[in-house]
Amino acid sequence: MSKRLLALTAILVAGLVLAACGGATGGGGGSAAAFECTDAIGCVEVAAGAPIRIASALVISGPNADLGLDSQHGVEIAIEFKGDVLGHPVELQAEDDGCSAEGGQTAGQKIVSDPSIVAIIGTSCSGAGVPLAQIASDAGYAVVSPSNTAPSLTDPAQAWKPGYLRTAHNDKVQGAAMADYAYNTLGLTTAAAIHDGDPYTEGLANAFREAFEAEGGTIVAFTAVNVGDTDMRPVLTSIAASAGGAPGFLFFPVFTAECAHLATQALEVAGLENTVRGAADGCFSAAAAEAIGSAAAGMYFSGPDLAFAGDTYADFTAAYQANFGSAPLSVFHAHAFDATNMVFACIEEVAKQGDGGALLIGRQDLRDCLYATSGFAGITGSLTCNEYGDCADPKIAVYEIQNGDYVAIWP
Amino acid sequence: MSFFKDLDLRKLGMQLLVTSIITLSVSAIGMVELFGGRYVITGLFTMAQILFLGPTAFFAYRAVRETPGSQKWLGLLKALLLGVSVGLVMFAFVWLAQNFNVRSIFINISPRLINILTFEHAGGGTTLLITLIGAALAGGALAMVPTKLRNALLLGASITLLVGLLSEILSERLRSLFSSQLSSAIFASKALLLVPAIVLFTLASAISFLRQSGRIGTGKIGPDLKPSQAKIVRTALISLFLLVLPMLLGSYLTEVTNNIGLFFLMGLGLNIVVGLAGLLDLGYVAFFAIGAYTMAALTSTGHLGLAEMSFWVALPICVAVAAFAGLILGMPVLRMRGDYLAIVTLGFGEIIRILALSDLMKPYIGGAQGILNIPKPMVGELALIRPEQMYYVILIGVAIAMFMSTRVRDSQIGRRWMAMREDEDVAEAMGINLVNTKLLAFTIGAGFSGLAGAIFASKLGSIFPHSFNLLISINVLSLIIVGGLGSIPGTLVGAIILVGLPELLREFAEFRWLAYGVLLVTMMLSRPEGFIPSEVIKRELHAGDEAEQAG
Amino acid sequence: MRDRLRNLNFIDLFLWVVRAAIVAVILVGTVKTILSNPYTLRNWEDFIIFGIAQGSMYALIAIGYTLVYGVLQMINFAHGEFFMSGIFASTSAVAIPLARAGYLASHPIPSLLLIALCSILISIAISLLTERIAYRPLRHAPRLMPLITAIGASFFWQYYFRGLFGSQVIPFPDIPQLEGTVPFLHTQVLKSHVLVIFVTLVVLIGLNFFISRTRPGKAIRAVAENKDVAALMGINVNRTISLTFATGAAMAGVAGMLYALVFHQVHFFMGFIPGIKAFTAAVLGGIGSIPGAAVGGLFLGLFESLGPSLFLQSLGIPAFNQLKDVIAFTMLVLVLIFRPQGIVGERLKEKKA
Repeated sequence: MSKRLLALTAILVAGLVLAACGGATGGGGGSAAAFECTDAIGCVEVAAGAPIRIASALVISGPNADLGLDSQHGVEIAIEFKGDVLGHPVELQAEDDGCSAEGGQTAGQKIVSDPSIVAIIGTSCSGAGVPLAQIASDAGYAVVSPSNTAPSLTDPAQAWKPGYLRTAHNDKVQGAAMADYAYNTLGLTTAAAIHDGDPYTEGLANAFREAFEAEGGTIVAFTAVNVGDTDMRPVLTSIAASAGGAPGFLFFPVFTAECAHLATQALEVAGLENTVRGAADGCFSAAAAEAIGSAAAGMYFSGPDLAFAGDTYADFTAAYQANFGSAPLSVFHAHAFDATNMVFACIEEVAKQGDGGALLIGRQDLRDCLYATSGFAGITGSLTCNEYGDCADPKIAVYEIQNGDYVAIWP
Repeated sequence: MSFFKDLDLRKLGMQLLVTSIITLSVSAIGMVELFGGRYVITGLFTMAQILFLGPTAFFAYRAVRETPGSQKWLGLLKALLLGVSVGLVMFAFVWLAQNFNVRSIFINISPRLINILTFEHAGGGTTLLITLIGAALAGGALAMVPTKLRNALLLGASITLLVGLLSEILSERLRSLFSSQLSSAIFASKALLLVPAIVLFTLASAISFLRQSGRIGTGKIGPDLKPSQAKIVRTALISLFLLVLPMLLGSYLTEVTNNIGLFFLMGLGLNIVVGLAGLLDLGYVAFFAIGAYTMAALTSTGHLGLAEMSFWVALPICVAVAAFAGLILGMPVLRMRGDYLAIVTLGFGEIIRILALSDLMKPYIGGAQGILNIPKPMVGELALIRPEQMYYVILIGVAIAMFMSTRVRDSQIGRRWMAMREDEDVAEAMGINLVNTKLLAFTIGAGFSGLAGAIFASKLGSIFPHSFNLLISINVLSLIIVGGLGSIPGTLVGAIILVGLPELLREFAEFRWLAYGVLLVTMMLSRPEGFIPSEVIKRELHAGDEAEQAG
Repeated sequence: MRDRLRNLNFIDLFLWVVRAAIVAVILVGTVKTILSNPYTLRNWEDFIIFGIAQGSMYALIAIGYTLVYGVLQMINFAHGEFFMSGIFASTSAVAIPLARAGYLASHPIPSLLLIALCSILISIAISLLTERIAYRPLRHAPRLMPLITAIGASFFWQYYFRGLFGSQVIPFPDIPQLEGTVPFLHTQVLKSHVLVIFVTLVVLIGLNFFISRTRPGKAIRAVAENKDVAALMGINVNRTISLTFATGAAMAGVAGMLYALVFHQVHFFMGFIPGIKAFTAAVLGGIGSIPGAAVGGLFLGLFESLGPSLFLQSLGIPAFNQLKDVIAFTMLVLVLIFRPQGIVGERLKEKKA
């Protein structure tokens, strides 16, 4: 049997080698280009009638799936509203970033292995964004993230890579807004913060701490729980007994399950009776509102301000309801919608049109155009990108839950 | 009365129940809906239809096969009964879903699911009922086809199905290896086109049929070779194949291969600890993390980097640090056995992960924000950025690890480990130093894992504590057992199945883990010794069988 | 031989250093905490009560591990899923419809009993199914194989229930009668905690009676002692093993009910961490022993609740609460180094698979 196997392997190897070599040469000279690519890092050619392909890399499985699905729905609605771009339909290749570094890497490799993809909308989680930004940058793609908030991603000394942009607001913005609200509006001078070891929650809690201290307040406790913890009472008790006294404001920017535990159990811990509770957009969903239930009275949530978005946002939510059967699941759908439209606007600007409607999109041109975005009217505000890709209009609102709905009360 | 006895109602009832539960389940948990738009063959049938018709056809097929040869009509009757009953159950399901608000409890029973189940007919479940009966009869009929033809048909169908399932990846490969015309002649966006599917099915079936009838494939191909020559040629061919593999696979599949390689590397290490030395370690990820963090701290160019070393200098240090950690963590557990060892090692794994995550260690290893800016390995001036380049680093690592673990296994120390695994007390009585032997297993195993971790960190370019969770330990343990405990080729097969397959089936999304669970259970039930068992384990299992028969 | 002795001495020395270091950290931390005393007496009492309540749940789940281990010497990795399945399904399918219909508010006690009954029955059903399909065929296989099917079953049930009822956190309806506190000595205890501790005590006493006095309980003990001899004595071994699984799962079902009442939310992943913690508790107390499971659960709950504040806070460790699992597992290692058989376990006979 080994002989046959041997022969078979030999044939297989020989065939595949030939195929590989043939492919390598075929790819180079095979397709006669209709027009020449002069872009520094390459072009995407879209044949007449063929779709313009963009990819998304968002978390659509696992415990944070709602976050990514919500953004993906935003991308899908943007495509639906846009219709054709320069006479071409738009096709979405949706990948999963797994909300982890290795998930971001695999999704990134899968996307960049397809040269017909023009741009990437993603990732959801900052941890996945770091390797994906690297891969996409090396391969010449442009990435616009609707929900990465880690400061490091637009810091050239840390994880920023050419071609990376985001429409999500930097953690520093949200942390500062919440600190501003707690210190100036609520008039509280002491605060405590809790994170859960997730890069997003840890970053936000730190941003809040810095901003609150900069306002002149005192942080009496800064601590952490673990994802999956249920009994928060010991942590809360130790915060209540902090050396600086029980905090006036307790900020826990964690996700739904832990957020609901903290919100409800804080009411049951001796010493925290007068503490005002605050959470952030990780706790901003219908499920969270339901899980917090009656404990929501006297609690505040920070999140992107969508109040001024006007008619487009009303149309958007109507389309969301019609297409996906629910109100938006999370908070970054609007950012995803804006990110996608930014990409469309730049494709329209840089694409060269050839005979019969074929397109040639230069990758460097596309990047340059995206970084040059200025005063772009999106539903999250007026977007202007800086040289490291921070494009968000830094508007954060503070909400409270009234009858199960999040209602903006500030600014 | 003998009619009912022949019918074996009890067994039939059981099969009915199982089939109904499976069909109901795939519908109610959302699998059918997820695959409703996923065509295997464009325009003909979707994966959803395979999911809710498949079980009935399969059990009908089994029912017919189990009836003795002279009573095939009875088998068909059973198949018919099966089809009718499952059909009625599903009919009731559709009726319930249409008339009551079931969705407020079972969130996946959506209008779209009902549309898929009823083939978009407004009338309700009648079409479904008829189709299910048809599926049962088709399954039953297949069982009555002569064996050779049946095997050929089944093989053809499975190959067509497999190609249809993997069409996204296959079409991408065809496009870049040959031409996009060829790819679009065979595949439409994510499915097989009808004509190529028929050609594929016919070809595969025909070849299989002819081979079974001995008409082709038994003749000699290639020159006669002596066994020693054959071995050399085989080694050369395999090496050549491994060297050109990334060119054939393209960057995405190479990335998947790299992940398989890393898990294979860890599997080889854990194989020494669990497979050879018999020490159940559930915290193996700890050494992976230690290797990765050492690499990150030594080479990172960010603010947490200590030395900005090159990858190649740091690599042996990482392995040494991980091996040393294996030694240190091995000492407290020397006297623990079996499940005590399992939970303590699990605890070590968790302790390392939580410490990596903690604010306590944040100034040194970045806490939740991880360590960024880990450079890629450099060869001269060339940075190994692309997965096709990383592949060779992993290949070298795997080759070294395979060489080492083969040598160690066949050496005296390997036999000591096996003796210890069989019986610690006897091994000790034979003069084996248990302390040294155990610690050596922990140390070498940890070193392998550290190597994998170091490559992982460099490959990823940034590491976060979330990458080092318990699931990795579980996955590595599962892959060595599924592959065949103590067997090196088995470990590779296990890694391909448990790491590669889920990656290729990404579109299964949530159901990947469900499928993983089913896979683990069925694998263990059907081949408890693993895919490619080592000789020792095989003998052990058979000894058990004999003992049972004797008892 | 001399070589070996030298080795052992070195290792013993190392272990002594480890023990001394852990004990020293604990002592220094404790003394410093007591001297600086950041907490009031009320705080300490709260910590203890929180710990006992949490530990009670661990104890109930740990019994399932210990019973199965006693009979089959296998780690039933899927036991956390038995705990999850019961309460997750009965919250979605029973509790929420009852609450919507208003019956839960008007008749809380029969409703709660009904929910608890459903939770227990579903847990039992899932455990029997798992035992029949995934464990029984492998009863004579080497021990690692059932461990792998158990891991497989665990994944399967998690995602199966996720498919049925969704991935979101599902809030358990509020029971107004269980809100608020009752006075106890000079502190206030949450009513839900009182209920947890009371129910756990009753269930443990009942279980003890069942195992030691009734015929099926004696059968379980006989099978745990020696399957072959038990079979010769006319005990149906298969049925007894099923009964063992069912008993453990019933405890998990009760624990699930208590969990929902204390934490007000359920989701498909809720069994994983308590499962691992309860397994730890079972080993901590001495696996195979029912009092061991109870003691182990209680200790683990107390370590988690008291540990960070008592041992770590005054050492100046940032975010010390994050390290509560480190404390729990370190305590486990410490206990097992001192007493390899667990706190109340008997010295393990060398049972071989």
